[in-house]
Amino acid sequence: MIAELGHVILILALAVAVVQTVFPLLGATQQRLQWMLLARSAARLQCALLLLSFLLLVSLFLNNDFSVAYVANNSNSKLPWFYKVSAVWGAHEGSLLLWTLILGIWSAAVSLFSRRLPLVFVARVLGVMGLVSVGFLLFMIFTSNPFDRMFPVPPDGADLNPLLQDPGLIFHPPLLYMGYVGFSVAFGFAIAALLGGQLDSTWARWSRPWTLMAWTFLTVGIALGSWWAYYELGWGGWWFWDPVENASFMPWLIGTALIHSLAATEKREVFKNWTLLLAICAFGLSLLGTFLVRSGVLTSVHAFATDPTRGVFILALLVFFIGGSLLLYAWRAPQTINAGKFDLLSRETFLLMNSVLMLVAMLTVLLGTLYPLFVEALGMGKLSVGPPYFNLVFIPVVLPVFLFLGIGIHTRWKKDDMRRLRNLLVPVLVSSLVLAVLITVALVDKEYVYTFTGIAAALWITLSTGLSLVQRYRHRASLVNAITTTPAGFYGMNLAHLGMAIAIVGVTATSLHDVDLHTRMGPGQHIDFAGYEFHLETLREVPGPNYRATEAVVRITRDGKPVTTLTSQKRIYEVRGMPMTEAGIDSGLTRDLYISLGEPVGEGDWSMRIYHKPFVNWIWLGALFMGVGGLLAAMDRRYRLKQPATTEDRLSALQSALARGKSV
Amino acid sequence: MTLTLRKKRILMVSGIVLGIGIAATLILTAFEKNLLYFYSPTQVRDGEAPQSRAFRVGGLVVDGSVQRDPESLRVSFDLTDTANTVSVQYDGILPDLFREGQGIVANGKLDDNGVFQAAQVLAKHDENYMPPEVADALNSANAAEMFKNSGHAGP
Repeated sequence: MIAELGHVILILALAVAVVQTVFPLLGATQQRLQWMLLARSAARLQCALLLLSFLLLVSLFLNNDFSVAYVANNSNSKLPWFYKVSAVWGAHEGSLLLWTLILGIWSAAVSLFSRRLPLVFVARVLGVMGLVSVGFLLFMIFTSNPFDRMFPVPPDGADLNPLLQDPGLIFHPPLLYMGYVGFSVAFGFAIAALLGGQLDSTWARWSRPWTLMAWTFLTVGIALGSWWAYYELGWGGWWFWDPVENASFMPWLIGTALIHSLAATEKREVFKNWTLLLAICAFGLSLLGTFLVRSGVLTSVHAFATDPTRGVFILALLVFFIGGSLLLYAWRAPQTINAGKFDLLSRETFLLMNSVLMLVAMLTVLLGTLYPLFVEALGMGKLSVGPPYFNLVFIPVVLPVFLFLGIGIHTRWKKDDMRRLRNLLVPVLVSSLVLAVLITVALVDKEYVYTFTGIAAALWITLSTGLSLVQRYRHRASLVNAITTTPAGFYGMNLAHLGMAIAIVGVTATSLHDVDLHTRMGPGQHIDFAGYEFHLETLREVPGPNYRATEAVVRITRDGKPVTTLTSQKRIYEVRGMPMTEAGIDSGLTRDLYISLGEPVGEGDWSMRIYHKPFVNWIWLGALFMGVGGLLAAMDRRYRLKQPATTEDRLSALQSALARGKSV
Repeated sequence: MTLTLRKKRILMVSGIVLGIGIAATLILTAFEKNLLYFYSPTQVRDGEAPQSRAFRVGGLVVDGSVQRDPESLRVSFDLTDTANTVSVQYDGILPDLFREGQGIVANGKLDDNGVFQAAQVLAKHDENYMPPEVADALNSANAAEMFKNSGHAGP
């Protein structure tokens, strides 16, 4: 019964989504107040229905209802309860429901926190978001219903893929989706601006906190996914340029360009069309990411061609939303041109250059991700694009971004003086370069040029950011006064830029200077590696709730002094008979020691991987800084400041007056 | 110098063109160098695979072919698409799902003796999963086999 109820509620949600789309959008065009007023309540009702349907699916998992195909394929009665909950988004159908639920949550949030916005505008935003929801609900109900029953009912479930039985995977997909889907708000704002023709600094101010929140979620979500891959896959890598990773990275690149371009549009009324285009692209790439991951096209173009229902459906959605919005853009955007003027040497220029570079960086990733699919689809053979391509192309494109970042934050809007900038920044540049040389020579014994480049970029961003804080405080009467009057947005920006510098250190050190050892060891043996001694104490059998494991206990010493003891397991998950490696990691600020058990290679010996990864945690620490920075910026006071009475206030005043008139 | 709208547009467009131009150059050089083509064991035997360049080969690990060096982590095994086999050597730790009879893909180069020296061995994290390249290679090998058996000599 619960499954059928969930299904019916999904259909109800679809009906509400249709109402949320049709009436507000038509009402906005025809100036019908009642129709526009439907938008907010429809959005909240839709969110409530989706939440209910989602909770029903959760309860099916918790109650081990294996008559439901999705539960039977992705759960098992022995699975711990928290993995039963996270198994809800462990595969296709459930993650689509989560996607749609999160869209509902964002829509409800817009309906709640938009009281300062004109009703016409809110109606259009929610109408567009409703349309996205209609698309995804149709997709779910017709091709991927998570509530489908299966006969005969299996005695137990096929279990959740062991790779996904991990705390990181409980949080990674919801955070990632909050980011992906969050760009639907920016998308809705962009389409509403195109439909209504209102595109000014007020529009940008409305858009900014929403876009910043989505970007923050996406940043943290990607970082969590990378961290999970690092400790769970047992290969010690943190980024593989895998199509699934690229699918989330492309919207992030465009989202980053978007939050910066929005800043320029708000402050200076420039780049309006560019900002709109970026907003459309960010959400378009989120949809593309969903298509790539969910259509099966990545597994094989042929698999996609033999069972095309799902893929073709998402492809149609993709074409509809991206194509439709770009057509609308082509048709309406020229009317909204009203650019402010700026000098060549101005903050606008640096912002523009960086957002163009981000777009180029995104295109290089897009090419490397889609090219193999095209070649295979055209029957021209099979190939893959290796990580060296991405490294070779991506890094030269983003290096100038870091240079311009350091200059841009010190450059004034509209017009600046070359001499002033030179006096300010040349000392910063020289000290970053000198310090980078010293650090490189002192710490490393190979890869001098690349190490130097990375460290110099990180120092340049750090020192330049530090200087901007000093500049800010120096012009205030007292330090206390300076700290309290500085807006949160300023701190957010600097924290995020600092996070970038921290991440650069992590990426540089880990990519260039990690060392690894593949070795075979038996109990009682030890090996010297990277300045540490690794002693394999014992190998023992360890039972788990739904697996059995062989565990290696490795004592690590440095010059005979104890450092730590790590354990690494090779698990066999019973239901699927699938082996999994649990790595043992001693995490630190300057280095990780990482061991992962391989396989028995005879005579009681096992193969084992040992890694020494310098500064690897700085990658995720940097992402955390960026996330906190984004959050601070999104919560800046001025987005919440009271504004003069809006159209909506006037409309509702009019409405109540009308109502009074009628009742009289 | 205050920029007019026209100048600004020219600036914007030339910036974009320049950026895309640089990127295109970088891409074209990097792209061609880093494309890894896939060949089946039959294609390798027929000499279609390059001799000096890295490529990928995939197939089923032949039962009983896995041999380990007792002193090190060196391992050798045969890959088949059921019609032909290729010998592969690898020094390192095999993925969790590497087993005899399992479909796998290896990256590497052919040495002078026609043995594939693998730099990386990949098996996907799903026991039912067959790498799509391997599935295709098996299918085409089977088709060729049936073609031969039915009496038509292939070209």
